[in-house]
Amino acid sequence: MTDLTQLTISQARTKLRSREITATEITEAYLSAIERANPALNAYVVVTDDKARDMAKASDAKLAKGEGGSLEGIPLGIKDLFGTEGVHTQACSHVLDGFMPRYESTVTANLWADGAVMLGKLNMDEFAMGSSNETSYYGPVINPWRRSRLDTVVMPTTHQGEGGFVSAGGTRTARTLDNAQLVPGGSSGGSASAVSAFLCAGATATDTGGSIRQPAAFTGTVGIKPTYGRCSRWGIVAFASSLDQAGPIARDVRDAAILLKSMASVDPKDTTSVDLPVPDYEAAIGRPIKGMKVGIPKEYRVDGMPAEIEALWQRGIGWLKDAGAEIVDISLPHTKYALPAYYIVAPAEASSNLARYDGVRYGLRVPGKDIVDMYEKTRAAGFGREVKRRIMIGTYVLSAGYYDAYYLQAQKVRTLIKRDFENVFAAGVDVILTPATPSAAFGIADEDMAADPVKMYLNDIFTVTVNMAGLPGIAVPAGLDAKGLPLGLQLIGRPFDEETLFQTAHVIEQAAGTFQPDKWW
Amino acid sequence: MSVDIKTVKRVAHLARIAVSEEDAERMTGELNAILGFVEQLNEVDVSGVEPMTSVTPMAMKKRQDVVTDGGKAADIVANAPATEENFFLVPKVVE
Repeated sequence: MTDLTQLTISQARTKLRSREITATEITEAYLSAIERANPALNAYVVVTDDKARDMAKASDAKLAKGEGGSLEGIPLGIKDLFGTEGVHTQACSHVLDGFMPRYESTVTANLWADGAVMLGKLNMDEFAMGSSNETSYYGPVINPWRRSRLDTVVMPTTHQGEGGFVSAGGTRTARTLDNAQLVPGGSSGGSASAVSAFLCAGATATDTGGSIRQPAAFTGTVGIKPTYGRCSRWGIVAFASSLDQAGPIARDVRDAAILLKSMASVDPKDTTSVDLPVPDYEAAIGRPIKGMKVGIPKEYRVDGMPAEIEALWQRGIGWLKDAGAEIVDISLPHTKYALPAYYIVAPAEASSNLARYDGVRYGLRVPGKDIVDMYEKTRAAGFGREVKRRIMIGTYVLSAGYYDAYYLQAQKVRTLIKRDFENVFAAGVDVILTPATPSAAFGIADEDMAADPVKMYLNDIFTVTVNMAGLPGIAVPAGLDAKGLPLGLQLIGRPFDEETLFQTAHVIEQAAGTFQPDKWW
Repeated sequence: MSVDIKTVKRVAHLARIAVSEEDAERMTGELNAILGFVEQLNEVDVSGVEPMTSVTPMAMKKRQDVVTDGGKAADIVANAPATEENFFLVPKVVE
């Protein structure tokens, strides 16, 4: 039998409905793949095997009766940021030790209602703060992709190779994998790594400054951050409430559309959940983009950007042009201020949201000589360095005398960033094409980034504008660099126009193909 | 603007995070690097610009002022490190 983990969600859906395969079989295939790969990749922090088997069994019962939802029997991984009833939910932080919520997040509840099967909880940067998945209390996630070297091999004139292959001589190229471990990006590094390494059919993720799109780009997967308000934030551990949005990471554009359709909903439990019906995103795939106006923002051509990223961008422009789109040069003049404004707004909101972890209501408690000493010792022991750094920045910029200079200024700049996009859309641009990241995946424990937090923050330079303006953005794999690592392009759309993103991303996917890492684990 | 170690210690106390002398020293450098980075926001002319309060223009949803939830005291304290009869236990705060 073929490896069931290789099936996309749309392929598995067909086979499950026709009873060619069962939910139990595909679930077991994923559970054994996880068992084999997780010691090397560290993508899952918890595998919920019993729950997965029970859910698969229930799905099989439904499918046998010709019933079942849109994701019936599809095994998914869930980022540890989503509250899952009775199951480890710790945002990969020590401070939430032992926390098992008595409730289910709206997004995961939607997935289970549609029949999806939970495989386990996925590793992530602590409280979603990071761009490399190295800040997790559970250790870094490893990218299934490795750099490789292309060697030219001279072939003997006749050669009895494997399978009786006879060479006619000449040369061929061979890829040799490098041993260096790379990061999968972050904060949804576990989600991206698991999807890319076939350890789940798709995964939930969240994006506050690029945490879906950057890891998707680093792992050759598709990740969409929908418009702010499209997915309910209820039951998701809060980082920066005005920026956080949930979305899927999937193996192709169609799977991302199928997952988002299920995850998105109108939710009375989240006052920022928008009152708009959820469209059938899958229906947008395959629609022609002839006549569509695609904006190319000149401000995304940054100093020091590798030539390969620029070349990738140009290839993307070419593909869309070939498909009949009209390419227009646009300007988003406040782009360079998005990242500094983000590093005021996000830490400010985080310092407020994370005030609740005080050793009283849940998680870790370190005893102290009085209650304040208990709070301070608990938080000192429970939070990692990056989280503490952001709480400190947030506390500082909100403290008396600095609020106007930092927070108010940043929120005004945010208005200008959003206005840039509004002007471009008002001028008739339908979608904006940019690179997803300024580089390919980098090494674990990169010394430059460890020494300077701002260097790490620059990873989000192309993605963070989208969160600041509340817009939808999708990262779609578009090629490999010279070292064989995946690179992604980003499409940015009008508010609640995710359909155009799926439609356009599919055109890129058709031209670029899909990408799988060579299996070394 | 930049911070000195005294300010870092004060902010750490405001944030209720215990810091050692060594932590505070390291954090001073890190915080100053970040504050230096965000300083460029001052070059933006924001005269007449309203600070953003909501990314999507929407009216705050309201609901009837009625009890829709409750009776979950046991659920609420279930994850607490120390409880007694559905109360959270903390070190003594009043003498």
